[in-house]
Amino acid sequence: MAAFGIATGGGNWFSALALGVTLLKCLLIPTYHSTDFEVHRNWLAITHSLPISQWYYEATSEWTLDYPPFFAWFEYALSHVAKYFDQEMLNVRNLNYSSPRTLLFQRFSVIFTDALFVYAVHECCKCIDGKKAGKELTEKPKFILSVLLLWNFGLLIVDHIHFQYNGFLSGLMLLSIARFFQKRHMEGAFLFAVLLHFKHIYLYIAPAYGVYLLRSYCFTANKPDGSIRWNSFSFVRLISLGLIVFLVSAVSLGPFLALNQLPQVFSRLFPFKRGLCHAYWAPNFWALYSALDKVLSVIGLELKLLDPNKIPKASMTSGLVQQFQHTVLPSVTPLATFICTLIAVLPSVFCLWFKPQGPRGFLRCLILCALSSFMFGWHVHEKAILLAVLPMSLLSVGKAVDASIFLILTTTGHYSLFPLLFTAAEKKNLFLIGWKLSTFLAWDLWKSSVNLYSLSPPGT
Amino acid sequence: MEKWYLMTAAVLLGLTVRWTVSLNSYSGAGKPPMFGDYEAQRHWQEITFNLPIKQWYFNSSDNNLQYWGLDYPPLTAYHSFLCAYVAKFINPDWIALHTSRGYESQAHKLFMRATVLIADLLIYIPAVVLYCCCLKEVSTKKKIASALCILLYPGLILIDYGHFQYNSVSLGFALWGVLGVSYDWDLLGSLAFCLAINYKQMELYHSLPFFCFLLGKCFKKGLKGKGLVLLIKLTCTVVASFVLCWLPFFTEREQTLQVLRRLFPVDRGLFEDKVANIWCSFSVFLKIRDILPHHIQIMISFCFTFLSLLPACIKLTLHPSPKGFRFTLVSCALSFFLFSFQVHEKSILLVSLPVCLVLSEIPFMSTWFLLVSTFSMLPLLLKDELLMPSVVTVMAFFIACATSFSIFEKTSEEELQLKCFSTSVRKYFTCFTFLPKIIQHLFLMSVIAMILLTMMTVTLDPPQKLPDLFSVLVCFVSCLHFLFFLVYFNIIIMWDSKNGRSQKKIN
Repeated sequence: MAAFGIATGGGNWFSALALGVTLLKCLLIPTYHSTDFEVHRNWLAITHSLPISQWYYEATSEWTLDYPPFFAWFEYALSHVAKYFDQEMLNVRNLNYSSPRTLLFQRFSVIFTDALFVYAVHECCKCIDGKKAGKELTEKPKFILSVLLLWNFGLLIVDHIHFQYNGFLSGLMLLSIARFFQKRHMEGAFLFAVLLHFKHIYLYIAPAYGVYLLRSYCFTANKPDGSIRWNSFSFVRLISLGLIVFLVSAVSLGPFLALNQLPQVFSRLFPFKRGLCHAYWAPNFWALYSALDKVLSVIGLELKLLDPNKIPKASMTSGLVQQFQHTVLPSVTPLATFICTLIAVLPSVFCLWFKPQGPRGFLRCLILCALSSFMFGWHVHEKAILLAVLPMSLLSVGKAVDASIFLILTTTGHYSLFPLLFTAAEKKNLFLIGWKLSTFLAWDLWKSSVNLYSLSPPGT
Repeated sequence: MEKWYLMTAAVLLGLTVRWTVSLNSYSGAGKPPMFGDYEAQRHWQEITFNLPIKQWYFNSSDNNLQYWGLDYPPLTAYHSFLCAYVAKFINPDWIALHTSRGYESQAHKLFMRATVLIADLLIYIPAVVLYCCCLKEVSTKKKIASALCILLYPGLILIDYGHFQYNSVSLGFALWGVLGVSYDWDLLGSLAFCLAINYKQMELYHSLPFFCFLLGKCFKKGLKGKGLVLLIKLTCTVVASFVLCWLPFFTEREQTLQVLRRLFPVDRGLFEDKVANIWCSFSVFLKIRDILPHHIQIMISFCFTFLSLLPACIKLTLHPSPKGFRFTLVSCALSFFLFSFQVHEKSILLVSLPVCLVLSEIPFMSTWFLLVSTFSMLPLLLKDELLMPSVVTVMAFFIACATSFSIFEKTSEEELQLKCFSTSVRKYFTCFTFLPKIIQHLFLMSVIAMILLTMMTVTLDPPQKLPDLFSVLVCFVSCLHFLFFLVYFNIIIMWDSKNGRSQKKIN
């Protein structure tokens, strides 16, 4: 009884938070799910019933496999559990199959794999310095961070309603960041390499990793003024990093290289034919650009400056995924977006190289890379904002300035995820509540952290 | 209060849980011809909107009382009328006379769930928040924790947002009544409680403690002076509120009688279906329903009920105190539940509300009781396909209570409020020191039994000769628990006198 008492006593708030949010996820099982549900069911079917050589060629369903091989192996592993729930879901021809047991299995698989996310949050909390904290539990940075990450409403909406597997992927990302904070760089690099082969969207933040590892890990020491000490370069470290990346990539892409399928795999992973903006616009620069183009074309038509016959019929706002030409402003090519992204990323990467500030500087650069890629990338999903929001939570418990930026980022980021809940008002109501809860929490935690850190001088 | 934002977060969490539970199935979903409570509420909207008031409670060609006839007091009817009025603007098909029978659609479900949420938001939730904010000698953290735990109580959420009912309205009004009367706003408190009774007649389970407490207050103030004035004012308030609610039905004697006949169906029998009270459990051994004549059954039920609640009520009249009032509410409602006539399993909510109110005083026993109360409704919840939300909300409630109140560390005699009782017993049996240990072991056994029974009910099929085996087992086990709690709460009430008196002497 005493042991049980200790386990559930007031001291173990982390378990309570983790268990609590898991229970909330179970309550979200009957909510609306998007086509992503069918996407993953299809991938379960493909990986289970077809040989590897067919995985990236199978096209019975429109939702073809477009994640890197490790994710395919993950679906393969899941499919072996799935067969005990409902064998029918593993049939490639069963398009849009969603029996109650399929739904249960899929939802539980997301909830279950979130265990990695919980572990990663636990590790991140260890990296937070809580000595300046007040005695109140709600003012402890560790508590605040745990709430911000475990109860992140964007993640709840995207993973447990809309349906995706971002939980354990974000867990991998946060774990690699935590390892960098704990000075376990090789592990961090390994985790990131693995992550890249799960979901290549994390290429957005690869520049931060690359530059940081090169500058702060391969160069083992700095000059007193902080600039680079060229003779401290460690070839051993560089080689070992390269080896890690090479080995991980070999395990992932090796089988497809042997089958001569690499071009096919890459064409699936990077479908540039899909168009500048996704079906639901991500609130990025190109959305504004396209909106401006639309406004100008309407004005132009009104003022009879444009010939109506020359205007292309397809509309960017039609909710479809396709290529599109702009009417007034110059059309945007993938190369153009790449250059814009590069230019946006450059300042933070330069800072990371020339003025390294340890893991905290790396984290900032990572967030900026994620945001820049979100802003200027090609075919960005609005879910990609989570790549910036989650690491930002880590920073926000450190400084008041970061906390206020975080408040804006998280509010607008979560608000921009609302169109994902394409269903009756009942769900929108629910998420209004959830959004209010998250903004409330963020506000409360910002206020506590401002109180906490108002004593520390600015700029630290 | 400081940390208002944490209280808001607790409320929002409660609302989120309510809404997610409401996404599940409801009573009688897709089960013609009778459907369930959901259809009953929709039907009442249809009746109250389309028929004149005089016909609401009467059998007619337009109003077939066999098909979910109105059997709640007028306030429920007015509420249904209001909802129907809103429904007319959205989709008149929902409440069209005769043709809307058995109407089911996603939009309609959304509307009905929304009506429950709005009623909850307007009446019950503010009462809970106010109650917790006004708790005395309790830290802010505990106030917020109390609010969170009360709002997460699974029984009410599952019945109101799952099965589909409007218990939060009557319980909310009752809670406003408790608030008013505890903080000396007696007239407003009694008005609120009268509204509660006029919404659901089951609130009469709470009426005796209210009566005794207010009477006690009048006696304390002196029946020759202020006390009499208060008594008169209270009587006038009660009479006025009843008259106001029943006004349309007071025009003819036949109207009033018919409503009363619908509210108190005395010819229906000692109990219906499976309920965790004495008569149903006793009938496992001896079929009283069949053996004894009807009027004897009523007499026995009456006697047992009043005998079991009399000590606590007398004590409350003689020594009125808010704490005594709360505990008497519990024991009175529990006595009624266990021994009264025609009790339904949902009536346990009438006991759960007062227990929620004493959550901060005896967290361990309250949590235990609230878990058992939800468990006792298991057969009903399973019938409505609410297994997953039930399990999840029960676990969430348990975790919330366990972490907020550290309940497992609060099992000493002092914390169980059994110190006086134990001291008295030790005068005769000096070795009576093992009470906390016994209670801890009982709790463990109880939880194991509940989990086992739940698993058995869900996974196994009952034997052919005993098709109701699991329901009866659940009722029987719950009944044993409730008897135990009845004894416990009565002990607290009766042995509180010495504490109260000695404290007065010190002060």
